Amino acid sequence: MTHIAKTVAALRKKFPDAVQEVIEFRGETTVVVDAASLVAVCLFLRDDADLNYNYLADLAGIDYYPDEPRFAVSYIVYAMTVNARFRLKVFISGDEPEVPTVTGVWPTANWYEREVYDMFGITFTGHPDLRRLLMPADWVGHPHRKDYPLGYEEVQFSFNWREVDARKPYAKE
Amino acid sequence: MGLEQKLGNLGVVTMTLEQAVNWGRTNAMWPMLFGLACCAMEMISTQAPAYDVSRFGMELMRASPRQSDLMIVAGRVSRKMAPVLRRLYDQMPDPKWVLAMGDCASCGGIFNNYAIVQGVDEVVPVDVYVAGCPPRPEALIHGVMTLHAKVRKEKISQWK
Repeated sequence: MTHIAKTVAALRKKFPDAVQEVIEFRGETTVVVDAASLVAVCLFLRDDADLNYNYLADLAGIDYYPDEPRFAVSYIVYAMTVNARFRLKVFISGDEPEVPTVTGVWPTANWYEREVYDMFGITFTGHPDLRRLLMPADWVGHPHRKDYPLGYEEVQFSFNWREVDARKPYAKE
Repeated sequence: MGLEQKLGNLGVVTMTLEQAVNWGRTNAMWPMLFGLACCAMEMISTQAPAYDVSRFGMELMRASPRQSDLMIVAGRVSRKMAPVLRRLYDQMPDPKWVLAMGDCASCGGIFNNYAIVQGVDEVVPVDVYVAGCPPRPEALIHGVMTLHAKVRKEKISQWK
């Protein structure tokens, strides 16, 4: 029995209601859990002496627009002692999604969550310092949402040179 | 009887003040260290012995805007970086010039999206654009030469 199979069995036993789905794909395991019990699951994974997932390797936001539930947050947790990793996933519906923060479990989640908040607008409730990480502080919108305009500027060719040039906001001095 | 015959050969050259000052300005430009992306690699090799831009009076890249009069914007400028760039430009003493190196600095290049300023001329007035992705050191030196030609043609009324 691999460490990950042991983990899945332990999670199913400990949180029978929270574990919604277990996906196996090309040797990767994804456990979909309920957002409400996410922190409890993470604490269990970290603190259980047998499981010992002591490292949050990655945290990412996903936008499934126009599907519903629209957003997901995926956590890749890693157990250094046994070299085992798997993915925890939380689905959230609506345009103003909220997920409880896991900064209390793994402090490294702090900046990951700030980045996901910046790019997807997913609010991590209880986060100690939820500010934008990459975009300027006064930026409007969340660029990695699929309905966000790319801010594309018309390409200047010889036939539309003057037209585009007239629109361009040159620095005065 | 001319002055030269009376006083001997003094090596005097007559020229206008304009020419003298412009000559001095072109041959002692102090560029600011401003590598933002891959163009910075080419800028570094422009400085290195193989191309040796110090032949044209640019021995040192200054890390401080207060000691430099040429800003070589080498690389893409993100919208978050733009206020910083403008602030550095404002800190440079007059006379000052800006050289937009490479496609990203000139017009946004391949990064036609929300995060990148579509040409630094939206933020600071640019004197010379150097095309290329990234431009080779020869191209950058040609840009510097073009800037020198431009500075040599400046009139007193345009001086700052």
